[in-house]
Amino acid sequence: MSASLERGRLTPLGWAGLVLGALIMIAPLAWTLLLSLKNNAELVGHSGAALHAPYTLENYAAIFGNSSTMRWLLNSAIVSLGTTAGVLVLASLAAYGFSRLEFPFRRTLFVIVLLGLAVPSQAVILPQHQLFAWLHLHNSYPGLILPGLVGPFGVFFMTTYMRGIPRELDEAAMLDGASRWTIFWKVILPLTVPAQSTLAVFTFLGTWNDYWWPLISATHSDMYTLTVGLAAAQMNYAQTSGLGYLMAQAVFASIPIFIVYIVFQKQIVSAMAGTAVR
Amino acid sequence: MSGARDWRGLLFVAPFLSLYALILVFPLFRGMWLSLNRVDLFGDGHFVGAGNYVRLARDPVFSTSLLNTFVLTLMIVPVLSVVALMLALALNNAGRGAALMRGIFFSSAVLSVTIVTLIWRFVLAPDAGLLGELWKSLGWQPLAFLSDPHLVLPALALTTIWWSLGLPMLLFLAGLQQIPRDMYEAAALDNASRWRTFWRITVPALRRTIVLVVMLQTAAQLQIFGQAQLLTAGGPSGASRTAVLFLFETAFGRWELGYASAAAEILFLIILAVTLTQYWATGRAQGER
Repeated sequence: MSASLERGRLTPLGWAGLVLGALIMIAPLAWTLLLSLKNNAELVGHSGAALHAPYTLENYAAIFGNSSTMRWLLNSAIVSLGTTAGVLVLASLAAYGFSRLEFPFRRTLFVIVLLGLAVPSQAVILPQHQLFAWLHLHNSYPGLILPGLVGPFGVFFMTTYMRGIPRELDEAAMLDGASRWTIFWKVILPLTVPAQSTLAVFTFLGTWNDYWWPLISATHSDMYTLTVGLAAAQMNYAQTSGLGYLMAQAVFASIPIFIVYIVFQKQIVSAMAGTAVR
Repeated sequence: MSGARDWRGLLFVAPFLSLYALILVFPLFRGMWLSLNRVDLFGDGHFVGAGNYVRLARDPVFSTSLLNTFVLTLMIVPVLSVVALMLALALNNAGRGAALMRGIFFSSAVLSVTIVTLIWRFVLAPDAGLLGELWKSLGWQPLAFLSDPHLVLPALALTTIWWSLGLPMLLFLAGLQQIPRDMYEAAALDNASRWRTFWRITVPALRRTIVLVVMLQTAAQLQIFGQAQLLTAGGPSGASRTAVLFLFETAFGRWELGYASAAAEILFLIILAVTLTQYWATGRAQGER
């Protein structure tokens, strides 16, 4: 009974406000969906036509027949999955080193990594662009993936998590004669699966939605990610494809990310809880 | 033997650290150096000392872009924080249906900036937009949100608030769930009004989350870029050019890397000041509890 003191007592006025807010949130999405279901010619000079039938799937059919949108989808998938895998590997290795091993300058190096958390991408993106030009890495998958691997957040996050794992586990394994590597691989890593999945979801979402770096690094349209491709499409939609097709591209591009969100909702919410409590 | 063993620990951190040194630490210092040089296209340029900074201080385009960025941040952060807190309070009390509502309010946050601007371009456009249609159906003249210099910043702020609501809302919800229930029970026994309970119990208990949300959002909005670049290209006549858009145009439109780097360093210092304020304020908030 006491639990209901503050919970489950939203007033009718509160509910009305909440529902109104939800409508405002949904309206732009619904509008986009309706526009995407209309014939392009019908929308010219009269977007209000989106509010009534007839609706059609022809814009979506056109996307599947359009090789460039599918190519951008593939690029986004490769870059996001590559970055996620890279971050998990590098962060786990480094976190094990920082949380469990003794080596010279360990504390100093960790502080240097932590300081990186305060560096916004704007402060490094121009020299990064120059560096990648020197290395001839622009318009390549490594060029799109590498800058995503150096964010210190993953190392910080995994180190914090591994420090919470009792040292008795390592010591027991050490008594059994296990090597450092075996302990990392067989004892510690399996225990970090929840943290790995949280880090994976956030890295994937962040990379999939990244716009700044692919915008300046991928200048050939066959190396665009979906974000850059859609940016190019909306800049000159009037000359090319039409409103309905453009909106269908927007819906199409958001489907993968909504799937990831719905499947991994738990990780996202619990990670938020962790941030708020820290 | 133990010395050799010691160094082996470095092998675990070396892969990350070498990439970190090459792709983050080196560019950080390289950027500082570039900002002291006059650099065009791909050359090394020549040293000009504080020349770029002096030029920035006198450049009305840069100061306007900085001002636009501050105005946008001031429009977005307070509204965003208050609305997110109200939503979190409502959802915390909503019981059944809260999960669905939470999903709806968070849904926009998973979209990329290009999808958000694509959606809002056709909400805001006077001739083909949702608001235009709405205005027309009410018999009003549609407003040209993106081409009126007085409306363009509020329009970008509205777009950003719609996009960014989800994260602060989740942070506040998580914060609210940390408040011990007996604090509310005590307040109920005292017959404290909801308003009083909110100010006396909820707000003080949420102080750290409030600082976190305000500072995270301030740091994020000072770097606002995609919305302005995609929706207005900084227009009309620079009325919505933000600091990062200035940096982008200077570096990749005119290829003045040194000058753009100086602008980047200024922005870096401003954001660093915000971050340090957060550490200071969080420390204080903890100390007072």
